[in-house]
Amino acid sequence: MSDISHNHHKTHGYGVYFLVWFALMTLTGITVAVAGINFGGLTIATALIIASVKTYLVLTIFMHLRSETVVFKVFIAVAMFFLIISFILLFTDYSFIVRN
Amino acid sequence: MSSSEHTVTHVHRDDVASRMGMWLFLFTELLLFGGMFILYSVYRYNNPDAFHLAAKELNTIIGTFNTAILLTSSLTMALSITAIQRNNKSLSIFFQLITVVLALGFMVNKYFEWGAKFSHGIYPGSDELLSKPAGEILFFGLYYVMTGLHGLHVLIGIGLILLMTYYTVKDVITHDNYMKLESAGLYWHLVDIIWIFLFPLFYLIT
Amino acid sequence: MNNQNHKEVSYLEYQGKHKGLLGWLLSTDHKRIGILYLISLMIFLTVGISFGLLIRLELLSPGKTIIDPQTYNAIFTLHGVIMIFLFVIPGLPAVFGNFFLPILIGAKDVAFPKWNLTSWYLYVIGGLLAITAILLPGGPADTGWTFYIPYSVRTSTNVTLALFAAFILGFSSILTGLNFITTVHRLRAPGMTWFKMPLSIWSFYSTAWIQILATPIIGITLLLVAFERFFKVGLFDPALGGDPILYQHLFWIYSHPAVYIMILPAMGVVSEIIPVFARRTIFGYNFIAMSSVAIALFGSLVWAHHMFTAGMSSTSQLIFSLLTMIVAIPSAIKVFNWVATLYKGSIDLQVPLLYVLAFIFQFTIGGLTGVMQGVLSIDIHVHDTSFIVAHFHYVMFGGTGFGFFAALHYWFPKMFGRMYNKKLAERTFWGVFVGFNVLYFPMFIMGWLGMPRRYYDYLPEYQIYHMISTFGSWILVPSIFLMFGYLIYYALKGAKVTEKNVWGGETLEWQIDTPPIHENFIEIPTVSDKPYEYKSNELVTQFSEAK
Repeated sequence: MSDISHNHHKTHGYGVYFLVWFALMTLTGITVAVAGINFGGLTIATALIIASVKTYLVLTIFMHLRSETVVFKVFIAVAMFFLIISFILLFTDYSFIVRN
Repeated sequence: MSSSEHTVTHVHRDDVASRMGMWLFLFTELLLFGGMFILYSVYRYNNPDAFHLAAKELNTIIGTFNTAILLTSSLTMALSITAIQRNNKSLSIFFQLITVVLALGFMVNKYFEWGAKFSHGIYPGSDELLSKPAGEILFFGLYYVMTGLHGLHVLIGIGLILLMTYYTVKDVITHDNYMKLESAGLYWHLVDIIWIFLFPLFYLIT
Repeated sequence: MNNQNHKEVSYLEYQGKHKGLLGWLLSTDHKRIGILYLISLMIFLTVGISFGLLIRLELLSPGKTIIDPQTYNAIFTLHGVIMIFLFVIPGLPAVFGNFFLPILIGAKDVAFPKWNLTSWYLYVIGGLLAITAILLPGGPADTGWTFYIPYSVRTSTNVTLALFAAFILGFSSILTGLNFITTVHRLRAPGMTWFKMPLSIWSFYSTAWIQILATPIIGITLLLVAFERFFKVGLFDPALGGDPILYQHLFWIYSHPAVYIMILPAMGVVSEIIPVFARRTIFGYNFIAMSSVAIALFGSLVWAHHMFTAGMSSTSQLIFSLLTMIVAIPSAIKVFNWVATLYKGSIDLQVPLLYVLAFIFQFTIGGLTGVMQGVLSIDIHVHDTSFIVAHFHYVMFGGTGFGFFAALHYWFPKMFGRMYNKKLAERTFWGVFVGFNVLYFPMFIMGWLGMPRRYYDYLPEYQIYHMISTFGSWILVPSIFLMFGYLIYYALKGAKVTEKNVWGGETLEWQIDTPPIHENFIEIPTVSDKPYEYKSNELVTQFSEAK
């Protein structure tokens, strides 16, 4: 690839960041507010979904992933895959056994 | 390319490579905490009630407050990069210093939070803690190890950002060469992301 | 930048900012770092081999032969820790990856040369810590290299220091991986598309991903064991509510993929050497390349087959048994393609190829016995017997170790600009090959008959196998030391080689000066063909830059 590539990196204006920050704070507020309500098994799911949305915002905007090439996105997919598959395979053990 | 006269060997500047290296490093951090999240998930799965009880001892207000602090520090970090890109050196330095102040605030809160737990005799290996059921020992073990390691990352981040401020002052980081600052920013946002998960998993268990 | 007015000196004679020894210790030249790694690895390998020899001596007869049980426990632990963390894991990537990866893709250096040097320093620090842990009062760790809970929390030996050493070595490994991935993505020469890369690059690249993704897990796990020892956190210790099986899970989430960190680069080297000495285009390039990726992928999903007898759920056992079978497929694809490349080739039986053939033979034995252990019922029978010891030595030593020796003999003239005595090297090969098989094959038999691994004492009916095995070590170890001896001698005093293409290879390292100049290429070459192009057993492509 060309050597001029080091300046192509687009970033966002101040406004976008404030907007994202506002969204993050709101989501934090929501996650604290709904934590008091018992959805049973869904409680933890709600908390994790909100955390994932927040993470998505930080990744794409604050960490400029949106303006990176596809290679970076594939990288993240690989890392996430490795982590998630480890969880899944581990729980093939823990979901089916009672140990004492 | 920059045509500086005094190039000794090949000065091959490749910002994409630097960012790639930084992201790969962040994956190792992610997996480092990932290992602990694995522990957390298994132990919570096995001891749901004990985790519920133990989590009540954590102060949700301090936790929420610290979340807000860390999110805001992420904002100022991102702003400092935009500022340097727009060649606004002093504004960038200002935002970097705000980030450091917020991070220090986070650590001060953490200090008081841990301090309060310690004064109640809840710390790893204490008789008070060891007399509790196994699930609660596990909860607090995880709590101390995970928030402790996260706190260590915050401290490293503070040092890193201060170094970047120094570089900005010395014009090592400039509007067309700000990769160092961007890497520090990436690191800082990752520390933020870890906390985004730690917060609900420890403070908001109902 | 381009001082072409005077002749470029080789990297060995190059004078940078620092002179003499400092010119090596502070060099960020990937080739010099490769040599630094080679020297330090050889030192640790020698230590590891000596411990191995002691184990074999002790097992020559039942009861006490030369050392007492506690020393024996410490020695097999040290043998494992040193061989795994200080030799086999860094092994090929750190030495040959560092030296040849940039050259093979047409780059002047790796993407982050300073981090590359840092990784070597971390390696040395980790190694020294491991040695310190042996010498300090309290005694060397006696847990086995796996540091299983709860014994690793209870024993009073210097486990913490050993854990810390492994943690630092992990960092070193991560930095190497990070460097390789970025280098392959960013610094390939113009025209070198992914499917024109030499096959060893595919394996180094796949290995690097495992290094990055799996190493942090062992890092945190070992750190937690250290915390456990210091603070009684209770995360693994069953006395405090922890789950020791979870430790095993976390340990193997890294340590099984680590097995592929060990073997993949050796497979890459084999794929490099075979076409050169068979004078044939590699058979099934795409399959070999993709199987490296597949091994890295599936290798990460099979960890719990180390724990079939530890008390897992039967669902989990079934899934991991199946996945274990699957991971054998890409390895088999490689073996078939190698053999198919040799078929009808114009074979030039040089020393590197001898080691490669031994690799294929021994890796096949090691691999197939691995599939056997993937079968649940057989695993229960052979678990923790010397059958396992034989299996992983056939893979790690018979595979990776022989791959390392093959790479050493293949690239030696390029690295040092000198040649070894081929006749002597060939004879030594037979010593190593015969010694290896005599040493490890009896372990399959006695393991199958029930000889447990790691035991200090055994029943007299196993003695015959132990004796054969120990005799094997008396052939193997002197042969290896002879090899080290002549390699050092010929690296310094051997006949000079200035020919660029010593073996008639097709890849970029054979198109540049011997030994390579400071930044490898005067001008970055443009690549237009796939590697390993041979027609009617003759080399067909020379690269444009090769003047």
